[in-house]
Amino acid sequence: MAEVDFGTVRKSVCLHFIPDVQVGEYVIVHVGFAIQRLDEESALETLADFRKLGILQDELGDEVTPASRQAGIDQETGL
Amino acid sequence: MKYLDEFSNPDLARRLLDQIHAATTRSWAMMEVCGGQTHSIIRHGIDQLLPEGLEMIHGPGCPVCVTPLEIIDKALAIAALDNVIFCSFGDMLRVPGSSQDLFMIKSGGGDVRVVYSPLDALDIARQNPGKEVVFFGIGFETTAPANAMTVYQAKRLGIKNFSMLVSHVLVPPAIAAIMESPTCRVQGFLAAGHVCSVMGTAQYPPLAEKYRVPIVVTGFEPLDILEGIRRTVIQLEEGRHELENAYPRAVPAQGNVPAMAMLQDVFEVTDRTWRGIGMIPASGWKLSGRYAGLDAEQRFDVADIHTTESSICRSGEVLQGLIKPHECAAFGKECTPRKPLGATMVSAEGACAAYYAYRRLDLMEA
Repeated sequence: MAEVDFGTVRKSVCLHFIPDVQVGEYVIVHVGFAIQRLDEESALETLADFRKLGILQDELGDEVTPASRQAGIDQETGL
Repeated sequence: MKYLDEFSNPDLARRLLDQIHAATTRSWAMMEVCGGQTHSIIRHGIDQLLPEGLEMIHGPGCPVCVTPLEIIDKALAIAALDNVIFCSFGDMLRVPGSSQDLFMIKSGGGDVRVVYSPLDALDIARQNPGKEVVFFGIGFETTAPANAMTVYQAKRLGIKNFSMLVSHVLVPPAIAAIMESPTCRVQGFLAAGHVCSVMGTAQYPPLAEKYRVPIVVTGFEPLDILEGIRRTVIQLEEGRHELENAYPRAVPAQGNVPAMAMLQDVFEVTDRTWRGIGMIPASGWKLSGRYAGLDAEQRFDVADIHTTESSICRSGEVLQGLIKPHECAAFGKECTPRKPLGATMVSAEGACAAYYAYRRLDLMEA
């Protein structure tokens, strides 16, 4: 059993299923048991992937917009 | 809180939504399996932000909802016994049995106690050696390791006055049953993230292959749900049907190995009736022979149970994704979380309870 800080409360939690967990790591707790470690590296990677989504379109969009505007092309119709 | 707030970021949510809109060229219907995901979707209004024609069908992944009526009635019979302290997770107390619920047993003098963890029930057993202490062990694979450990400890420590009424259910056979149903409209699945935290992902590629359906392991925060939907849409649009893991921070492919070892020791696979759905072969766990002495069904003579379901409740159709909660005539009228006719209106994971909590004002006006 170990103390787990839930942000606003602390509870005693069974760590038997994650025997190699270290103090300071995050765990997913369900009904008093840590059922999995929360992998920080993977969490940060996922967030970084989300930030990259659509970036290519945004960049292209930024280049296309002023160029088309200079050429006097209507933004709505493309004519 | 760390790694919760980040996965609710509105700018990133917008980005994911834009990608979903850009990728979607036709109508698709996908099912989020887990009731926790249903609540997140309805609470954050995610379904209302999706492209027209992209439908979320709410799955049967609410353990309270699918616990069979016969087991609820057995729980009520055991809890009413004189010498019993009956311990349960809180959301089971209002689940309607054939004629009563656990709250009514409690108000009639039964010793019914809400616990946070099954280990609390074990403590109660130690503190009350003169009483029989029974824990209501229900849930999916996520809850099973806790219940397994409790049974294991009770046997190891020789706590003779403790037993468990077990009715565990399993996700993969339910996915198979949904796909086998002639009324099935599901074209893709968001698999339940925390079930996979325990069990890993190995059970899902064969299902994706057999039923030619994309399965994306998905978390519970808004960005997790959107990413699960985005990946499922892309697979559907590209004609792929694979397992993908969109929740890698909590789901290693191998799952939780020590937990699975304990599950294998304490439980064995059994056919299970799902409330509102019917019998699904090999879709549950019961205590294995080694732990039969801790089985409350064997310890207490409660075999003679005759069940009757509400005649107006349509929770079975809700659980199968055939109707949305508000399409039931009793929704918000005869049936509310205070006085539920079916289990889907009870639980923090039930679809009817989610629609009632977050949508009823819109739905009642409409």
